[in-house]
Amino acid sequence: MERSEEAAEAGLSNRWPEILVALFLFAMGVVAVIDSIRVGIGWEEGEGPRAGYFPFYIGCILLASSGWILITALMKFKRAQPQFASWTELRLVMQMLVPLTIYVIAVVFLGIYLSSLVLIAFFMKVHGKFGWLVTAMTAIGVPLGAFLLFERWFLVPLPKGPIELMLGL
Amino acid sequence: MDELNNLMHGFSVAMTLPNLGFMVLGVTLGILIGVLPGLGGANGIAILLPLTFSMDQTSAIIMLSCIYWGALFGGAITSILFNIPGEPWSVATTFDGYPMAQQGRAGAALTAAFTSSFVGAFFAVLLITFLAPLVARFALKFGAAEMFAVQMLTFCSFVGMSKEPPAKTLAVMALGFALAAVGMDTVTGTLRMTYGVTELLKGFDFLIAVIGLFGIGEILLTMEEGLAFKGKSAKIQLDVVLKTWAELLRYWKTSIRSVLVGCWMGVTPGGATPASFMAYGLARRGAKDKDSFGKGNIEGVVAPETAAHAAGTSALLPMLTLGIPGSPTAAVLLGGLLIWGLQPGPLLFTEKPDFVWGLIASMYLGNIVGLIIVLTTVPWWAAILRIPFSVIGPIIIVICAIGAYTVHSSIFDVVMMLVFGVFGYLFKKLRYPLAPLVLALVLGDMAESSFRQSMLLSQGSLDIFWANPLVGGLMTLSFVMLLWPIVPVLKHQLRRRT
Repeated sequence: MERSEEAAEAGLSNRWPEILVALFLFAMGVVAVIDSIRVGIGWEEGEGPRAGYFPFYIGCILLASSGWILITALMKFKRAQPQFASWTELRLVMQMLVPLTIYVIAVVFLGIYLSSLVLIAFFMKVHGKFGWLVTAMTAIGVPLGAFLLFERWFLVPLPKGPIELMLGL
Repeated sequence: MDELNNLMHGFSVAMTLPNLGFMVLGVTLGILIGVLPGLGGANGIAILLPLTFSMDQTSAIIMLSCIYWGALFGGAITSILFNIPGEPWSVATTFDGYPMAQQGRAGAALTAAFTSSFVGAFFAVLLITFLAPLVARFALKFGAAEMFAVQMLTFCSFVGMSKEPPAKTLAVMALGFALAAVGMDTVTGTLRMTYGVTELLKGFDFLIAVIGLFGIGEILLTMEEGLAFKGKSAKIQLDVVLKTWAELLRYWKTSIRSVLVGCWMGVTPGGATPASFMAYGLARRGAKDKDSFGKGNIEGVVAPETAAHAAGTSALLPMLTLGIPGSPTAAVLLGGLLIWGLQPGPLLFTEKPDFVWGLIASMYLGNIVGLIIVLTTVPWWAAILRIPFSVIGPIIIVICAIGAYTVHSSIFDVVMMLVFGVFGYLFKKLRYPLAPLVLALVLGDMAESSFRQSMLLSQGSLDIFWANPLVGGLMTLSFVMLLWPIVPVLKHQLRRRT
């Protein structure tokens, strides 16, 4: 039903993002309140306030404020809304967010060096249209620089994966 | 005159060769961070923090605070030459700085910006030098209730003074407190809100939040804006510098006004960004030819830059004396102090005078070093900005990921960085302020423990917060701040009725 309206705006309106973020905050409030009640929100004789004492009230403030945001968002649900972002803008953001997410997953399994190499090479080749030589130099140079700076000079280990193990690093 | 003696001693600490070297390194890194999109003062320092753990504490804090000055300078370069504010507080600088660059007066605009930044920071450091010891001495008398009242005032001021909707400010602040409470309760040792997930035992580190919210979030925002950097090239000749300096003397009134606005907004947690807009607005209102603003009036560069730097610097005053940071970057510096085992607050001045006065002295020196470096190296920074985002973007992501990992050597933190990044983007788009979230995350444990200590003292009665005029005054002021956003609504209602 809203397709046509949003197509005319050529973008995503604030309506759903606003509601979803408020719902998320509300859910966080519920999480805080429930767990605070579990650990006790009252007064322990001889010890003072229990662990849930402070977070309980914080949770309540979170529930009240996000509830307020939610209600105002729902009240103007049918009215025209400012644009969250145009479809073109959202596509650009996705072009960053999708590789970024894959990168973070890759870091978990493959370590940071190989993942970084692939990420930099991907952006330079696909979006930057760089030649192979420049791409290879940057994509290998940055992880190598990080390796020298962190592992050799500052002795801070970075996450490594099976490839580095094979190389015996 | 104690302060002067202490300061002289501080200079002797800061003036050593390695420390001067760290200053130059810090300022240079800071400018780089300020120039690049997605890396800013707060998350730049957060990323570099783990590297300083093995350094001497005084040298480390000198380098980190110099990164901060550098980032403040760097923001101006991108605003003026590229119309892209590298930092939120340099948005107001683009209004007149970029038109000046288009008219071929980039050199003058940059000189004006850097000099004004320097002036703003200089006066703020003077304020810190003479006011901080007084505040610290006064704060020594604070009990738990007074401490909580000050923290309460800090957070209520956010609600009262931010441009964002008050409900949203309140919501992110509560989210920050809730996230800070995750993990082991510092008083009783009970596990809270971990729901059996082992990764949550140690809680959420604010450094990860800062890297995600400000770093990754900013990258996503930059992507959205499209990436055509079309900048003006710039070289600063000496005669332009001298001519601009002569011209700047005429705007002394604007400078003083902006310094006052900046210092006020920095000490109270208004922050550099609102300060810069406020100073710009005031300068415009006070000017004879209002129409020239926005078309390349040099006064429009002077006002926001002076105020932003004054605010950025004076934000360290409450951080050092009360342990309450006035800005997200000051919060990260505070986190660094805590990691080094230094508890900021009134006792720091008596227990670690070398450290405190070395830091304050380094503020004077760092700003002078910064001014010289930035005036001489502008063309290089401008050249860095011509590197396409398809190279810079992924490299910044890699730097953020490394930064997030090294805080605790935890892969889980890298995943959390991504989550915070997505929320940073959403929050920015939906006008949720980020600063209160970060500050609540940093101060959460402290605020909670001072609240619980007060409750223990009073046996659970809230009367303790009105027990003497000082704490009562602070609490009353907090509630005034908290309810401030309602005033216009009430006025509107009254007017409608009559």
